[in-house]
Parts: sequence; C-alpha cells; structure tokens
Amino acid sequence: MHNHLLITDNDPQSELSTLNLGPTHPATHGVFQNVLQLDGERIVSGVSTIGYIHRAFEKIAEHRPFYQITPLTDRLNYCSSPINNMGWHMTVEKMLGIEMPKRVDYMRVIVMELARIADHIVCNGVLGVDTGAFTGFLYMMQWREHIYEIYEEICGSRLTTNIGRIGGFERNFNQIAFDKIRKLLTDFPPVLREFEALFNRNRIFVDRTKDVAPVTAETALSYSWSGPILRATGVDYDVRAQEPYSSYQDFDFEVPVGTNGDVYNRFLVRNEEMWQSLRMIEQALDKISKEDPNIFHAPVPEFYLPPKEEVYNNMEALIYHFKIVMGEIDTPTTEVYHAVEGANGELGFYLVNDGGRSPYRLHFRRPSFINYQMYAPMSRGMVLSDAIINMSSLNVIAGELDA
Amino acid sequence: MGKISNEELLQNLVDKFGDKISQLGDPYGLLTIETTREELISVLSYLKTEQQFIHLTDITAIHYPELAKPFGVIYHIHSLAKGIRIRVKVFLAADDVHIPTAVELWDGANWMERETYDFFGVIFDGHPDLRRILNVDDMTVFPMRREFPLEDPNRIDKKDYFFGR
Repeated sequence: MHNHLLITDNDPQSELSTLNLGPTHPATHGVFQNVLQLDGERIVSGVSTIGYIHRAFEKIAEHRPFYQITPLTDRLNYCSSPINNMGWHMTVEKMLGIEMPKRVDYMRVIVMELARIADHIVCNGVLGVDTGAFTGFLYMMQWREHIYEIYEEICGSRLTTNIGRIGGFERNFNQIAFDKIRKLLTDFPPVLREFEALFNRNRIFVDRTKDVAPVTAETALSYSWSGPILRATGVDYDVRAQEPYSSYQDFDFEVPVGTNGDVYNRFLVRNEEMWQSLRMIEQALDKISKEDPNIFHAPVPEFYLPPKEEVYNNMEALIYHFKIVMGEIDTPTTEVYHAVEGANGELGFYLVNDGGRSPYRLHFRRPSFINYQMYAPMSRGMVLSDAIINMSSLNVIAGELDA
Repeated sequence: MGKISNEELLQNLVDKFGDKISQLGDPYGLLTIETTREELISVLSYLKTEQQFIHLTDITAIHYPELAKPFGVIYHIHSLAKGIRIRVKVFLAADDVHIPTAVELWDGANWMERETYDFFGVIFDGHPDLRRILNVDDMTVFPMRREFPLEDPNRIDKKDYFFGR
C-alpha cells in the first residue's frame, strides 16, 4: 500500500552504491564480473556474471578424435594443465580398459604433483600480493618457473602443456628432467619454509585473513565444494585418497584439513599440500628407479599414437597412426565418469561414447565453476577488501570457470 | 558407516521405489539408475538423507534426437562416507522439457542447472534464477543440442573432399 514511501535501489536518495567489480580488474586476476551493491564499504548483495571466455569446449569435443581433446583440457585450468591432461588420458584409458605400467603411473604422479605445487604457488603467492606483500609472491614464482622448465624437458611446452598421450607418455623423461626434479626437491623446501615463516604468523597477514569468509563444512558440501577449500572446512575428501587413480594407493601421504574454512585455513591447507606433493614426488622417484627405465607407455599400439620416426620407418606404426588419426579404431559404446583431484578440487570427465571417432558427449565437471557459485552469496555483509582476498583464496581460474 | 556395494544400494532403492526406478547397468562400477521426473526429487532426497549421498558432484544433460524421449538429465551423486557414487538419469520428451529443480536439496545445484538450461534448454521448474549462465543472454538457441552445428554449415573452405569429413 505504501510502497512508494520506500526508497528503491534506483532512487537517487538511495544510500546504496553500485560497483562493477570486473570484468577486468587488477585485483580479480582473471575475467570475473561481480555487480555489487555497497552500503559504504560493506557488500549488501552481489551478482556474478560469468562466461566471458566461454569457448564451447564441450561442443568442440564432440567433433574431435580423443587424442585431439587433450589440448582443450589444457585450457581449462591453465595454471595446472598437466593434471587436466592426465585426467583426460586416464578417462579414455578407463573406457578402453587399458592397464598402465607402474612406471607410467609414477611418472604421471610426478607430473601431476608438480602441477599442483605450481598452482598452489600462484594461489598462495597472489594471496600475499592481495594482502600487501609482494615479496613472497616473487620469491615463490621463480620455483613455478623452475617447474615450467621441468615441463619443457618432459613435453616441450610450458603453460598449455599437452603432456602425454592416451596410453602413456610421448617420450621418456630425460636425465635433465630428473636432475631438475631432484633440484626442486632439494632447493624448494627451504624456500617454502621461508615463505611460511614470512606469512603464517605474520600479524598483518593473519589479521587480514583469519576469520575472513569462514565456511562451515555443511554449507561447503551443500554447495558441492571440493578440493583445498572444502578440506579447509574440515572435510577430508580428497579424490587421491578416496578413489585412488594412477597408483596413488602406493604412496604415503596425508590429507591436510582445516577447521573453520576461512581464508587463513585455505592458505595453510594449500601450503601443507605442497609439502605432501613434495613427499609424493620423492617417493615416486624412488619407485621409478626400481622399474624398467625404458617403459614410458603401455603396450597398446592400437590406441597409443606412435612416435613420428616410427611412423616413417615401420609399417605397423604407420597403419596404427593412420587408424588412430582417421578414427578407424573400435571403441566401446559406453559411458564413464572419471575424477581426478585437480588443484582446485574434483575435476571430473563424463564421457559418453557411441563407438565413433569422437565422444558422443563429453562433460567437464569443473571445480572452479562449482566452487565459484558461492562467491556472491558469501560476500554478503563482507567489506570489499575482504571480498577481494576471498576471491584470491578460492583460486578460481577463468578458463576452468567458463570452459 | 560401512561401505555399501552397488547391489545392496540398488536393492535398497528397489525396496523403496519398486518399479519407479530401473537399473541401466553399472559401467565401470558406477551404478546407473533411471527414474521418472515425478519420482526424481523423492529419489534424490532419499539418497541424500537416508543413504548419505551428500555431495552432488554434477548435473548435466545429453541429447539423443532419435529417441522418443530425447533429453536425458544426468545427476552424479557421491556418498563421501560410504565412498560410492551413483548416476541418476531422467529422460524427457522434446515437447515437454521440464524437470523439478534440486536446489532445495543442494545449493550447488543452482549453477549446474543453469548451465544445463543454457546449453540444452532443459527447464528446471522451481529454480530460483533460471537464466543463461555462460552464453549471452539474448541467445535464442540451445547450442549443445545435436542439431546445432559447431560452425556455419555453409562454410566451404574447411570441406575435406578427400575423406568426406
């Protein structure tokens, strides 16, 4: 009856101001837009707009043979592409029923854990930047560069790696790669320890992050969270532990969990995961040394794309090369869901196959997409500066968010 | 909270819902059941509250143009305590692509359903905010449907006459 007496949001007398945070804003580290209603510095409500870099990967995947989908997965979470690559290879191998040799599994563990470290370096480093400390970021960043050099030795590229093939790796790790991994294992822990010394009990950092954006386990599960941010709320769900793939059951590692799911807890969980990853890489190197050093793929010529020199010099390789490239290989009509523990959470591949050259349907369960939907609801009542570091600690990667 | 096998879980579901659900096999150890959209919410809430499937992993859809009910909506649900997943499918007719929303059960269903709507045009009844999410708002088609081409079909520069692709 007296609605006209209320001040609406659009009314010039309204005290609320609208802020477009993004789509390009230096503090959001990616293409994210949030239209926020602010009362002074506090956020009253927010609406997220996503899809700015949507590239229709699921549609493209329906038109590509299996081995050409690997480069698409690179561009999901581009901070840890190798995990996506391996997840995709393992999905196809699971569908085809290919058993991997142990050495390949361990090589994959090394690559995936390197990628996890690289991803967490960026996330935790940037969290430092957003709270006003640039030093830690730059100090850690040189080790991400080192990890990228390891990728270069393994596969030749750095960011969008396209590591490996369906059925194994395209080439064996060379000695330089092993030397660089060893160097990482000896020289990175002191750096990480210093990084922790710089932040973990730093008054400014703790004041900015502790009890900021706390999330209960119940809420996190209801929002289908996974990965480090779910573990920061106290839920010990890690795909590597719960449904081991790539021989993770052979490894001795712990799943770090937090207590109240705030930004500080997420930071600590990621730091601890880096330590666990280093442990796993060390164990993997030991295990690899006991295996036949010449094995780097499974003996499945009908699915494994042969090296070019063999294609030119060996008739069987040429035939298989032709059949794989032209999609003349029989694949089962079935559906498979395979999940790996991505750096941000459960990265799932739902593949429906009709026996053809390309998937009938491929769906990526992208952790960033699912984790990010809580961002606007949880920002309510927060001050703007806290919302910024909250976004950093969710580690949402635009490529994975928008597919 | 012991582990539970696919057979036990299926038996529990059959005891509860009878012929309202049917098994579609368990490819690669993942139990797959089909239900009707009328029973969907009771099946999902039974799974969530009584079988501890608390983690909604994913919602997506699939389009089989040649089937009588061409749209399948697929739910992947995970019981973290029992360490088991289940896949629930519901098939919908082309002229009535409506299905009840699962947002009341899981807040996380919100964007997953929006994404499914955006790409397949599946309408989730009762959804609080069913808008497009990744595509532009004024798009008129649902691009993941099979009839929607990946590229402009009139392009000839990419035609491969040799292999016919």
